[in-house]
Amino acid sequence: MPATHDKFGRPIVVVTGMGVVTSLGAGKEDNWAKLTAGESGIRTISRFSTEGLKTSIAGTVDFLKVEPFSSPDLSQKLAETAAEEAVAQAAIGTKGDFPGPLFLAVAPVEIEWPNRLELGRDTGNPDYTYDDLLRVSGGGKYTRFHRRFLFGSVSDYLADTFGTKGSPISLSTACASGASAIQLGVEAIRRGETDAALCVATDGSVNLENLIRFSLLSALSMRNDAPHAASKPFSKNRDGFVMAEGAGALVLESYESAAARGAKILGVLAGCGELADSFHRTRSSPDGKPIIGCVRNALSDAGIAPEQIDYINAHGTGTPENDKMEYLGISSVFGEQTGRLPVSSNKSMVGHTLSAAGAVEAIFSLLTLEHQRIPPTINYDVPDPAIPFDVVPNKARDARVTAVMSNSFGFGGQNASLILTREPL
Amino acid sequence: MTETKASENKPSKPAAEVWITGIGIATSLGEGLDATWDALKARRINVDEKNFAPYIVHPWAPVNFDTQIPKKGDQRQMEAWQRIGTYTAGLALDSAGIKGNKEILARTDMIVAAGGGERDLAVDTSIMQAEARSNSAPGFLNERLMSDLRPTLFLAQLSNLLAGNIAIVHGVTGSSRTFMGEEGAGVDAAKIALARIAAGQSDIALIGGSHNAERKEMLMLYEFDNFNLRDKFVPVWARANKPGFALGSVGTFLVMESKAHAQARGAKPFARLSHVVSDQARRKAPGEVTASLQALWSKLGKLDDNGAIITGATGAEPVTSEELAFLRQHPDFAIRAAGTAFGHNMEAQFILGLALAALSISRGALFPANDTTALEVEMAKPPTQIVVTGAGHWRSEGMALVETVK
Repeated sequence: MPATHDKFGRPIVVVTGMGVVTSLGAGKEDNWAKLTAGESGIRTISRFSTEGLKTSIAGTVDFLKVEPFSSPDLSQKLAETAAEEAVAQAAIGTKGDFPGPLFLAVAPVEIEWPNRLELGRDTGNPDYTYDDLLRVSGGGKYTRFHRRFLFGSVSDYLADTFGTKGSPISLSTACASGASAIQLGVEAIRRGETDAALCVATDGSVNLENLIRFSLLSALSMRNDAPHAASKPFSKNRDGFVMAEGAGALVLESYESAAARGAKILGVLAGCGELADSFHRTRSSPDGKPIIGCVRNALSDAGIAPEQIDYINAHGTGTPENDKMEYLGISSVFGEQTGRLPVSSNKSMVGHTLSAAGAVEAIFSLLTLEHQRIPPTINYDVPDPAIPFDVVPNKARDARVTAVMSNSFGFGGQNASLILTREPL
Repeated sequence: MTETKASENKPSKPAAEVWITGIGIATSLGEGLDATWDALKARRINVDEKNFAPYIVHPWAPVNFDTQIPKKGDQRQMEAWQRIGTYTAGLALDSAGIKGNKEILARTDMIVAAGGGERDLAVDTSIMQAEARSNSAPGFLNERLMSDLRPTLFLAQLSNLLAGNIAIVHGVTGSSRTFMGEEGAGVDAAKIALARIAAGQSDIALIGGSHNAERKEMLMLYEFDNFNLRDKFVPVWARANKPGFALGSVGTFLVMESKAHAQARGAKPFARLSHVVSDQARRKAPGEVTASLQALWSKLGKLDDNGAIITGATGAEPVTSEELAFLRQHPDFAIRAAGTAFGHNMEAQFILGLALAALSISRGALFPANDTTALEVEMAKPPTQIVVTGAGHWRSEGMALVETVK
């Protein structure tokens, strides 16, 4: 049997199950086929009226219905769908009895407008205030809102459904959340606390107020007339990201445990890096140091040199700021190798799945390793000369890929990078 | 309690001892360790029974934010919960003697237990009233939200932006993780930070949380299941007939580090944090919380007789009665409910318990009982071990052991 521990003496962490849902579809097969065909899941929003809004497109997941809609309801449905696929593939434990903890990346939760207005009608007074809302809130009529709008509500449901062990952890590191959930799982296995972890990341938060909030920060693309072409990472004419929904779920296991039970190993979580940025609430430090440090931390955690990375699954949101800073960070670490290194953005097709992105893109990275094929950056018609990446423009490409870096950067100075490999290093 | 068993993944080196070397605390009873200790000794309680009537809250005692958040621009970018948290994180860094120490702060790992930020109730109210009179004209909500929402408010509401603000204001950048999920978020923040340091994955961490009681939108969330204490304040243990919690206002942060790291920089410990354990009973049948707490108790290692327990008991039912049943199995332990003096602080409640335990250990005394029932009794001897417990109002059970450094 090959070594079960890495060169640092830590248990090797492998992936034995994956599940994914995006605006392209449900499941790895469907997603991978469309992703490598360069299809876009971005569409005109039909969930609510977008009258008067600057942005009216998103990568919504409309084929999974929750009635009535709320963000935690959809997030839960997406997470459950992805986790079912991952746990089934891993064939671990028994149904409803997963032998390890749950780490869930999920968007912050709050009572939404339809609920607020429903309560308002209940007050019977058109000039109602929060005091009136409070007056009608109690008594048991709205108990369901307490359950639904607790921050722990989605993880509570998933822990119950999948029978994960111990206290489930819900976390948010903004757009790096999915990567952070995976990192927590990797660390727990390396500490020897558990042999397996269920790491899930989900985001179903395309509702009116969330869309407007990002819009008011001038973060969103406004190419409403051509939804498929709106997400343009690394292009000179990029004008913002496209909000999107989705979920990714991974079953992580110690290599030793996975091998012992004869599980198929889908890839290795070789390294994780993180570093916070103290420059600004929404902008990266202009010197790129936090991103550079994050990428270096991931390489060092995996114990590999930049030359060993064959492909970077970029954060690549398509905002003017992110893509520029990501280039600065990558080129600083990878030096003259940068232009030759394929760097593509799944967000050109699935949009920015926010809290889910880190896990969704880690799964796409693992599929890249499995199929030895790199998904493209679509909508790349006007290259940005300031970002001379090989973005794998518009068409998927076969390539020899043994190690992938997947980056996630978010508001609040959140930076996280993962290194995934086909085989243990 | 089901615990996963790892196979032969033995850690390569023995677990590091973890010390609490910094405490930041600011509450409805004032700020800082001395003011907090004096208030506890005087059995002070600060509640507002009027402004949110019939609900009762523990209001934040104003501080001079400038002393920890010097830039007014930074203060303006935050809502109250973030200001409280960022301020208190600064107190913790001061307490640990690492404030402004760029070399250490750049590798200090941060885990914040957070809910979400304040809504702008004036904006909400104006939109709600206009909507009620507009016969829900299509596009109405769109127009009003586009024109009335402040762009910066979003950033003041995002859960991970408390950590973000601490990074910006105090330069804590080793890592930044935000745990959500009410009471359990605070337990797991402490648990993960301890596990990482003990395993050598981290040398030093800042953990904490903040809570602002004076928020009607949050009172509403808990009112949906009648969790709010009404009409008249009584101590946590005296609420059996009228159960509920009075939300509290606190910021509470701890600096934790390995003994070796603390000694290398000459830092003095308040206490040692030996164990943090957590679980989540399904609570489908009576007795599950009692059993869950008892199972966690058995994982704290050897406990000396005649110790002390600081609990984050809420006063809500049925969980408080279930916790009482657990506490009664340990009659020789002196019990204190932090919620009587400080209210219920959700994500921050367990970390508040850790802070009070470390403070008590360092002062060589358990603070006085504050209870109208006979449950809390005085403790004559200095505590050497304090168990911190927390049973969330709806989900989550957690426990920790805080001890004298030997």
